[in-house]
Amino acid sequence: MVSNSDPTGAPAPSSPLVSLSNAGVQRDGAWLVRGVDLAVRPGEIVTLIGPNGSGKSTTAKMALGILSPDEGRAERRPDVRVAYVPQKVMIDWTLPLTVERFLSLTARADPKDARAALAATGISHLRSAEVRNLSGGEFQRALLARAMCRKPDLLVLDEPVQGVDYTGEIALYDLIKRIRDDLGCGVLLISHDLHVVMAATDHVICLNGHVCCQGAPVAVASSAEYRRLFGGRASDTLAVYEHHHDHTHLPDGRVRHADGTVTDHCHPHDTAQDHGAEGATTSEEKTRHAG
Amino acid sequence: MLDDFFVRALVAGIGVAAVAGPLGCFVVWRRLAYFGDTLSHAALLGVGLALLLQVNVTLAVFAVSAGVSLALLALQRRASLSSDALLGLLSHSALALGLVALAFMTWVRFDLMGLLFGDILAVSVHDIALVYGGGVVVLVVLAWIWRPLFAATVNQELAEAEGLEPERANIVFMLLMAGVIAIAMKIVGVLLITAMLIIPAATARRFASGPEQMAVLAALFGIVSVVGGLFASLEWDTPSGPSIVVAALALFLASLSPLASWITRALRRSAGPQSEVMHR
Ligand SMILES: Nc1ncnc2c1ncn2[C@@H]1O[C@H](COP(=O)(O)OP(=O)(O)O)[C@@H](O)[C@H]1O
Ligand SMILES: [Mg+2]
Repeated sequence: MVSNSDPTGAPAPSSPLVSLSNAGVQRDGAWLVRGVDLAVRPGEIVTLIGPNGSGKSTTAKMALGILSPDEGRAERRPDVRVAYVPQKVMIDWTLPLTVERFLSLTARADPKDARAALAATGISHLRSAEVRNLSGGEFQRALLARAMCRKPDLLVLDEPVQGVDYTGEIALYDLIKRIRDDLGCGVLLISHDLHVVMAATDHVICLNGHVCCQGAPVAVASSAEYRRLFGGRASDTLAVYEHHHDHTHLPDGRVRHADGTVTDHCHPHDTAQDHGAEGATTSEEKTRHAG
Repeated sequence: MLDDFFVRALVAGIGVAAVAGPLGCFVVWRRLAYFGDTLSHAALLGVGLALLLQVNVTLAVFAVSAGVSLALLALQRRASLSSDALLGLLSHSALALGLVALAFMTWVRFDLMGLLFGDILAVSVHDIALVYGGGVVVLVVLAWIWRPLFAATVNQELAEAEGLEPERANIVFMLLMAGVIAIAMKIVGVLLITAMLIIPAATARRFASGPEQMAVLAALFGIVSVVGGLFASLEWDTPSGPSIVVAALALFLASLSPLASWITRALRRSAGPQSEVMHR
């Protein structure tokens, strides 16, 4: 175990929006996931990572009350307003459904909020497009826009950036962080890619049928359990994380650094250490494109 | 005016179509055509029971259809048999049981063909009151559960997670289906109620850009089919149910023609320049 304590820098512990204690789901005599402890508090981003089939979606469904645990407990504060981005949504071709109507699926979206959400997710031009014609990445953006319109207290995102291009991925994680900052909501985020979400998460829970390790993102990334589970790529995570963390690429191509200065290139001082981080990103991008 | 049997049939038929259209959209979206068949076949059993127990036919049909749909909902949750096979089993056994039960009751005189295919001659003022009374109730309840029901149609788990209680909406929807079958039975007949639910909705799909619009269009296409079908039935002395369904089918085929796609494009163009870009 890495740590069971709260992430450093989190506000004074308020009561959790949702919590699981020793929760597990059983189907046909086998445990899909078991012994999960987690709590999501207002303003906190909790990330679930783990390989395919490790029980991430199942855990999220327990937290949402879609599945009731066969063992342990799931508790939600009763007044919590939830927004959910499921991992899979199939839109039948018989359903006439535009993006705009989709935003009002479970509650009427205010037109102003709807416009803002579409702009924030970068799909304003698709407002009256049919949902079933959207590409995978566009549809994920529509799902996120819909969740934003709900102004949730608890936002549950199951692999929200699947099919989104690499730069879009980082932009969407930034957006998720911004939603958390604006609404002060708790976020339960599922990803199989720790290195991209690291900058946007307070607490990481690493699943593999059970909780394999948990703690602050840096602690999890450097833990032996995490390395064992994710193999070779795991060692890149920290380097990439630190790289993402020390500067941001602005839309006009310039770069803003952690200290707030803006330059034309990533590495104005060209230190050896920066080159190391840059190398990690480049090779990382290569593996992504090849994969 | 309601003295004329044909006017009575028209008025009743229009009422049925107005209710069947919106409900039929859900049958199409949720792929429940076979389920609709099962319920309407169970209606025949309801008629048999009503005659046997001397109770109101519409009420008995509603009760039996509702019972069958709730039983199905429960059985599907167990799902040891595929719901496809389950529906086939229930559907045809209900039809067979109903026909056998009716054959036994030699002491009552009834028109089996009318029951199976609809009978415009038999529509009474009382039936009209039932169609409109029941129809208004069905539409009001449908409007009330519209958002959760539609959200659950798009994604059940999403609706559940966001607190819409889709299970409740599903059960209410099943009861509405039973209600529509009970009031539509006399006009279209037991064998063709499903057609009345799905054909106008399928026609509407081509023209609709939103679920609510599709529901209204389905009701309109249904009304046109009823009017056309009943006039044809009067003209050529054909049974009312099949004539209405043939008219609905003709509309559907017309909707596939080039003229219809031209109309669709024109409608979307008038919906705004932005949508035109999207629908190219
Ligand atoms: N309803 C179910 N019945 C049986 N097995 C299931 C069911 N749902 C999921 N599983 C299995 O449970 C495991 C965990 O699934 P899931 O939580 O979706 O994993 P993840 O989201 O981490 O990829 C998988 O092996 C999956 O095949
Ligand atoms: Mg999953």
